[in-house]
Amino acid sequence: MTRFWQAAPSVGHPLTRIEGLDKVTGRARYAGDVAVPGLAYGAVVPATIPRGRVLNLDVEATLAMPGVLAVVHRDNAPRLTDIGEGTLFLFQGDRVAHWGAPVALVVADTPERAREAAERMRVDYFPEPPDTVFRADHPGLYEPEYVNPRNPTVTGKGDVDAALAGAAVVVDAEYRTPAQHNNAMEPHSATAVRSDGRITLHTSTQYAYGVVPTLSKLFGFAPGTLRVLSEHVGGGFGNKGMPPRPDTVLAVMAATLVGRPVRVTLTRPQLWPLTGYRTPTAQRIRLGADQDGRLVALEHRAALQTSRLHEFTEQAAVYSRPMYGAENMRTSHRVVALDVPTPRWMRAPGEAPGSFALESAMDELAEACGVDPVELRLRNEPAVDPTTGQAFSSRRLADCLRVGASRFGWAGRDPRPAVRRDGRWWRGTGVAGAHYPARAAPTTAHATALPDGSFVVRVAASDIGTGARTVLTQLAADALEVPVDQVRVLIGDSGFGPAMGAGGSMGTASWSWPVVTACRELAGRLAAGEPLPPDGLTSTFDSTAAIGARADYARYAFGAHFAEVAVDVTTGEVRVPRLTGVYAVGRVVNPLTARSQSIGGMTMGLSTALLEESSMDGRFGDWVNHNLADYHVATNADVGEIDVTYVDDPDDELNPSGVKGLGEIGIVGVAAAIANAAWHATGVRQRELPITPARAAR
Amino acid sequence: MREFAYARARSVDAAVALVADNPEARYLGGGTNLVDLMELGVERPELLVDVTGLPLDDVTEDGAALRVGALVRNSDLAAHPLVRERYPVLSQALLAGASGQLRNAATTGGNLVQRTRCVYFTDATKPCNKRMPGSGCPAIEGEHHNLAILGASDHCVATHPSDLAVALAALDARVDLQDLAGPHEIPLVDFYRPVGDRPDLELTVQDGALVTGVALPPLPAGARSAYRKVRERASYAFAIASVAAVLVVEDGLVSDVRIGLGAVASHPWRARVAERALLGGPATEAAFEAAAEAELDSATPLRDNAYKVPLVRDLVVAVLAGLAGER
Ligand SMILES: Cc1cc2nc3c(=O)[nH]c(=O)nc-3n(C[C@H](O)[C@H](O)[C@H](O)COP(=O)(O)OP(=O)(O)OC[C@H]3O[C@@H](n4cnc5c(N)ncnc54)[C@H](O)[C@@H]3O)c2cc1C
Ligand code: SF4
Repeated sequence: MTRFWQAAPSVGHPLTRIEGLDKVTGRARYAGDVAVPGLAYGAVVPATIPRGRVLNLDVEATLAMPGVLAVVHRDNAPRLTDIGEGTLFLFQGDRVAHWGAPVALVVADTPERAREAAERMRVDYFPEPPDTVFRADHPGLYEPEYVNPRNPTVTGKGDVDAALAGAAVVVDAEYRTPAQHNNAMEPHSATAVRSDGRITLHTSTQYAYGVVPTLSKLFGFAPGTLRVLSEHVGGGFGNKGMPPRPDTVLAVMAATLVGRPVRVTLTRPQLWPLTGYRTPTAQRIRLGADQDGRLVALEHRAALQTSRLHEFTEQAAVYSRPMYGAENMRTSHRVVALDVPTPRWMRAPGEAPGSFALESAMDELAEACGVDPVELRLRNEPAVDPTTGQAFSSRRLADCLRVGASRFGWAGRDPRPAVRRDGRWWRGTGVAGAHYPARAAPTTAHATALPDGSFVVRVAASDIGTGARTVLTQLAADALEVPVDQVRVLIGDSGFGPAMGAGGSMGTASWSWPVVTACRELAGRLAAGEPLPPDGLTSTFDSTAAIGARADYARYAFGAHFAEVAVDVTTGEVRVPRLTGVYAVGRVVNPLTARSQSIGGMTMGLSTALLEESSMDGRFGDWVNHNLADYHVATNADVGEIDVTYVDDPDDELNPSGVKGLGEIGIVGVAAAIANAAWHATGVRQRELPITPARAAR
Repeated sequence: MREFAYARARSVDAAVALVADNPEARYLGGGTNLVDLMELGVERPELLVDVTGLPLDDVTEDGAALRVGALVRNSDLAAHPLVRERYPVLSQALLAGASGQLRNAATTGGNLVQRTRCVYFTDATKPCNKRMPGSGCPAIEGEHHNLAILGASDHCVATHPSDLAVALAALDARVDLQDLAGPHEIPLVDFYRPVGDRPDLELTVQDGALVTGVALPPLPAGARSAYRKVRERASYAFAIASVAAVLVVEDGLVSDVRIGLGAVASHPWRARVAERALLGGPATEAAFEAAAEAELDSATPLRDNAYKVPLVRDLVVAVLAGLAGER
């Protein structure tokens, strides 16, 4: 692969968001804002039992309520094809798989009337005893065939038990993380508009193209029937990824039934059971090391939950596979299917909870060996991927740790816990490593030169608030060798062809591949004097073959997090005055949007460490704190100083723009760094998140 | 949400006339609690009577006392120079509540009458004795990590969420009311009804009584006061425990003490047992701790809120010790 690493005129500069002004002035139209004439509104009637059957729906009474146009339910809903996605197989029978599952949709002329009628609707159930509570020793835990996204469930080499038996130092501990909900500001919303046998769906999705094949199979639509638009998306954190969420199916069903455009917007409490969450985890780590802290054995076992509708196994133990080297290693997962909603992707699925376990255990090992926690990690740097034996395309964890230690002021740290009292506070510091896979997925993009000298680039990317549109514009402009203001990048339209979604930190890597390639080709054609027809000259590139032809490498972004923590001696309140993040993420296209992603990730990591916990009431099978007053996400007052730096990470084995994703690595390991610092402050290990005042040392 | 009518009250009498004998009517203050509950289907009024236009939005001196109109916004009250000077505990309590935007909207009256944040109360799909008498209390066996440890009953273990009311309890504030019988006044601590077997009945006053204001008596000479709130998030979160205290120490002895506890009971909790234990005795940490323990002797913590007992004890000690140490 040729190296595209020369100084570029736009890439590397802090261009502000192209749609920023539209967003702050309210001109940007989100899925639930798009004006559509004749619009009707659908409101979900959620199940109020965790398991059982619907016996009767009082449709008559609901139809008699003011403004109600229709009720969609099991007797009148379109028949769907079972595509193995139970969360979308709606109104096809009388089973209730979890609390909050839709049992009907009320369609009315205003959102208020739809909601009122939905809330008043009488539903009779035949309840069955539910099994809703996750436990590390649940008898239903089993080893699934694979874990997300398609990783092996178990990996291993050597003999972990024997190595542990002979190890000078052993750490054996269990770590717990709670269920968490993504809680993007913009709720899920879908508006289906039918005309001339076609359907346009405005929806809030991270993956406009991906919605099309799924819904087409489900409804049996011919190719070309469905078009999905998502110009602006108000946050997602994985929650608006694949598969599409039930609002899309409900809007299409309702529009079909009432013969009018229909919008279905979920309420905040409805988002909780219907759009996904991060599974709770129980993870056991066993580390064996010599007296100097060199690992001889590493084992990571994860227990997770899924629903009865769909097997979804978060890859929590996968984090340990490439991270630290040991001769004897084993990672494994078990999952239990409960009468609960289906877990889905949430920022750094797998790596976020997995790193809490491993990076906390490494801190315990550092304590047990009397080795500095930064030094301990440096001593366990592997030469190749310790699980697969593959070479790393680049691995700059050591750089991140060293640069971070120096920026944070780690040198000379007193390793003893609970010896720094400062007025009201116990103070401490902690560190954790981080990594996140650097992948790319097949995508098609089109670049068009217009006679007025401007360019239009089309790719079915999504900008979920990350700045994706902006960085693609910068990359396209440089590839075309024109200023950014001559390039317009259009995204969020499934009609632009297959494209990866905004997920797995793969967006920019995936979209920029064909964008840059098509733009370069177009620039070449123009330079060669190819004539420009009145409707423009277009180059199209599909990256499928190029991605398939890549050499065999382990490709990862790496990082390190450092935290300073203060714990109130009286109340156990934990504060984080300072966080440092250092990342090796390939090329940084835009330092401004990159920094936003990194500080956002770190803040979400802080929020994970101290605040976020969805509390399941097992009797109902419902998370009872399903609102933003009771489910706490970090506010500005929780966030202290944040220092973000990127180390040089030229990597020729990635993609034409040399980028690794950075949307997720900012959250990885932050909770461990904070928990390790809390131990350093108080001397009490925090093996369970979040570290609330009730749990923190007092 | 039920469709409702909206009216702007032109006078205190007109407001009371519209609401007092209509169980389906509600006063609308800043709306920060009521409108939320309406969206959740917990409150379903047919008539909202907006009282924010009434001339009850002043803080005035009344002899040595201070009168606060029911429509004074939380931000304005917190920033009022006389409040900051004479009742730091009140200003601190207000500023520890909610967020800037909410405090700009929230009224003094609405704040006192706001409802519990118990997650079953705010979810119309769940049973709850307070919302639906006789349906049961799922919190006792369920999510109660931030519910009551004092004065609760087998029928309800909810807490009152207001920070303001805790400070007012410690200040011996009185509530000014108007109902169909006319104006009257009661001590704030008597405004709230103990839970007993009717958690749906929260106030001792007649349904539809309008809060017109709050009267703050002067503090004794040499009094110091402070509010401290513990919350899970650094801002924009309800208390998991709070203490409002007023203390006068003379020659090392406690000559006056008033302690309000928040997030521990269905109403702001006046810690009379602790106060009695301290009065006339030495102002030492040991005495503060013994007094706090005496108060908490009657605590009945549940499975997941027992952490509050030592938390409240240590908080009382820290706040009183802070006040005693200030010179
Ligand atoms: C996210 C969030 C966080 C919050 N955090 C805190 C916190 O940390 N601490 C805290 O103390 N509070 C907190 N609050 C609550 C907030 O303080 C209250 O919602 C507010 O004080 C209520 O005042 P209001 O004027 O908006 O009342 P409204 O919502 O208008 O009314 C509330 C109730 O009082 C009744 N009412 C209103 N005015 C009168 C009157 N004059 N006489 C009689 N009845 C009346 C209404 O009929 C209604 O029943 C929070 C609220 C939210 C939404
Ligand atoms: S504690 Fe009170 S408010 Fe909460 S569920 Fe029980 S009865 Fe309802």
